[in-house]
Amino acid sequence: MAQATFQIFRGDSKGGALQTYTTDVGEGMVALDCVHQIQAESAPDLAVRWNCKAGKCGSCSAEVNGRPRLLCMTRMADLPEGEPVRIEPMHTFPLLRDLVTDVSWNYGVKKKIAKFAPRKPDAADGSWRMQQEDIDRVQEFRKCIECYLCQDVCHVLRDHAKHDEFAGPRFFVYTAALEMHPIDTGDRIDAVKDEQNIGYCNITKCCTTVCPEGITITDNAIIPLKERVADKHYDPLLWLARKLGIGDGETGAGA
Amino acid sequence: MTETQSLDYDVLVVGAGGAGLRAAIEAAAAGVRVGLVCKSLLGKAHTVMAEGGVAAALAHVDDRDSWRVHFADTMRGGQYVNHPRMAELHAQEAPERVRELETWGALFDRTKDGRILQRNFGGHRYPRLAHVGDRTGLEMIRTLQDHGIHQGIEVHMEVTVVDLLKDGDRIAGCVAYDRDRGRLRVFRAGAVVLATGGIGRAFRITSNSWEYTGDGQSLAYHAGADLLDMEFVQFHPTGMVWPPSVRGILVTEGVRGEGGVLRNSDGKRFMFADIPDNYRGQTADNEEEGWRYCQGDKDARRPPELLTRDHVARCIMREVKAGRGSPHGGVFLDIAWIKARVPNGADHIRRKLPSMYHQFKELAGIDITAVPMEVGPTTHYVMGGIRVDPDTQMSTVAGLFAAGECAAGLHGANRLGGNSLSDLIVFGKRAGEHAARFARENPAPPVDGAQVAAAQQRVLAPFERSVQGENAYAVQHALQDTMQDLVGIVRNEDEMAEALRQIDALKVRADNVGVGGHREYNPGWHTAIDLRNLLTVSEAVTRAALLRRESRGGHFRDDFPDKDKHWGGVNLAIRKGEDGGMVVEERPVVAMTEAQQAIIAEMA
Repeated sequence: MAQATFQIFRGDSKGGALQTYTTDVGEGMVALDCVHQIQAESAPDLAVRWNCKAGKCGSCSAEVNGRPRLLCMTRMADLPEGEPVRIEPMHTFPLLRDLVTDVSWNYGVKKKIAKFAPRKPDAADGSWRMQQEDIDRVQEFRKCIECYLCQDVCHVLRDHAKHDEFAGPRFFVYTAALEMHPIDTGDRIDAVKDEQNIGYCNITKCCTTVCPEGITITDNAIIPLKERVADKHYDPLLWLARKLGIGDGETGAGA
Repeated sequence: MTETQSLDYDVLVVGAGGAGLRAAIEAAAAGVRVGLVCKSLLGKAHTVMAEGGVAAALAHVDDRDSWRVHFADTMRGGQYVNHPRMAELHAQEAPERVRELETWGALFDRTKDGRILQRNFGGHRYPRLAHVGDRTGLEMIRTLQDHGIHQGIEVHMEVTVVDLLKDGDRIAGCVAYDRDRGRLRVFRAGAVVLATGGIGRAFRITSNSWEYTGDGQSLAYHAGADLLDMEFVQFHPTGMVWPPSVRGILVTEGVRGEGGVLRNSDGKRFMFADIPDNYRGQTADNEEEGWRYCQGDKDARRPPELLTRDHVARCIMREVKAGRGSPHGGVFLDIAWIKARVPNGADHIRRKLPSMYHQFKELAGIDITAVPMEVGPTTHYVMGGIRVDPDTQMSTVAGLFAAGECAAGLHGANRLGGNSLSDLIVFGKRAGEHAARFARENPAPPVDGAQVAAAQQRVLAPFERSVQGENAYAVQHALQDTMQDLVGIVRNEDEMAEALRQIDALKVRADNVGVGGHREYNPGWHTAIDLRNLLTVSEAVTRAALLRRESRGGHFRDDFPDKDKHWGGVNLAIRKGEDGGMVVEERPVVAMTEAQQAIIAEMA
């Protein structure tokens, strides 16, 4: 059994630093196992949030060697051998303690999005008829485990701290799932433009890259939403009018 | 008292998995003030781990299905010690509760004519499980969560309840702490709904996360409520066995529903060799028929891999003990073989079982479309729990309700796969409805400061002993070893008597646990607080298992390997005695009505 060295962030909102720990790493162990072992051996008050340990609940989000990841799905064998493993909390959310951040902002953002509003049922028993191919895309979005790694990596939030104005990739996926739901009747496109400020996203696809569920966030959710905003608000005639300097046509923002 | 926050509700729901969320939604719909306390973040409860599906006799895939068949299947699976009224309500109401989820935005996989698709599962006579690939639990919890946040429910995330408060014989609220700051909170409530899930963390190998420390069962017990059927613990036959760090993580029964087969190291499908008499008539006796069943052939009988979980788990243990196991102490579960039968087989497997594909790829480095998985039993579920009224879900303490895994009655001696998710929404709704009614009719009494002070004193005591005290993790691990090794899948008198001695010794150690550091997000402290619950439920499981001198469902004794007529008519109830000791009592099994008996006779 090999020993590995870890540099784990310890601290709270007042400050902190990386601390060095070593522990034995057995076959198949993931980073979360190592954190738990360190907890049981030498740091009982080391704070880490986790639940399922199977990549299904999205609780143990953190940054391993600078990359947003689920600790439970980070196999030690996949990390460079012989080098210390650096584990830090997500940077985009306020720190509570050690590896645990306050992600409650995300819950507030979701609550502001208009809820599912179904059309009248198709059948007398109150149900609807939907074809599988019509729900495949929405089912992809509904795979989201709300780990918020996409929010963590998004530079609009991470570097520009636009939390008050920008919903972030998770909630574009959520909104897209509602908008593309075959029986939903709501219209959230104005909110996507003016409240969620989707225009700030300049489709660098970092969110798609870190998604542990493999949801194609940018291509399948964000870009189609941008197109719907464009269809609704950026009519070609208005665009022409703007080019010619007539009227007060709107402009899209880029970050 | 410093830093104590007081909150006031009509209904307080403890736990935010499927049952808790459904209860909170129903209570809020009744127009009362509802608080929802959850140990983790909202949407992370163990319901997200449920894979295979939610059982409901929608009869979309096979029109011979009905609530009557579902009722009979549930009673047979539970070996007839279930509460028949609960099994009846569950079978009758599950279809409506499932359809309701789609009115709130859920999207189940579809049949060709656009209705909710259903799949085969162990112990269910017809394809009955509505599902979304193999992530049905996630779909359910997210649907309830996203609907629930718009219903005026106040949610308290990462808050753990440590004691229930009473006013005479009735419930008055509870004491809790928040994880981020370690502050105590006092909740005053007219009714409390416990929906805290299971006890898996009492065992070393489990599919359950850290939260499942028997909180609801233990809180109810210490508040004077009865527990029931605690000896019936479900060891799911297929957990991962390798690598060691993921041992116990669930491999869905859906793998077998889609045609996956169990083989030993000789390559033999050993399940064909041991089909119980009461299932012989509905079980395939050859491989070809079993495959046809998985392909939807209505004339075929199900393969023996889809026998009930208790039976499959014991067969796997037997193969391993006989030296016919896999390299890491399990057996082989092979889905890759269906490539010989299905066009584009690898794609088909990935589409039908995406989470399993992902889980094995990421955690074990194994491609399940190419090679067999190694699987073995894992502690998964407790059939027993808080004894409740079947219609209202009220416990034996006035104003204290329970729903979902922490309640007892529906599943008897063994739960069928898929009956858990339907349990959550059927009885979650009922608990919420009746808790709201109770609270309306019986407003919250005042909180007794002495009870609050006692709870506070108990939970803060580990800090006084500081790091000179016992290590909480060490005590927890020792208890898990005791339960795994002495009260596991195969039990006997001597080992369980030894387990009770060890549990007594561990209680003393738990009383001496010390914690360093401060109260903010301190996992060592949380582990220390959970110990009382783990010890309480472990003792309850062991005492009941020791008394039941037979084998039935999830409870198997090698000193009494057969079913026994006397015990077939008995449930075991557990309560706290006057002297504070645990009392176990026999109660006659609730008799079926004539109409219920007629259904059983008709389906036999």
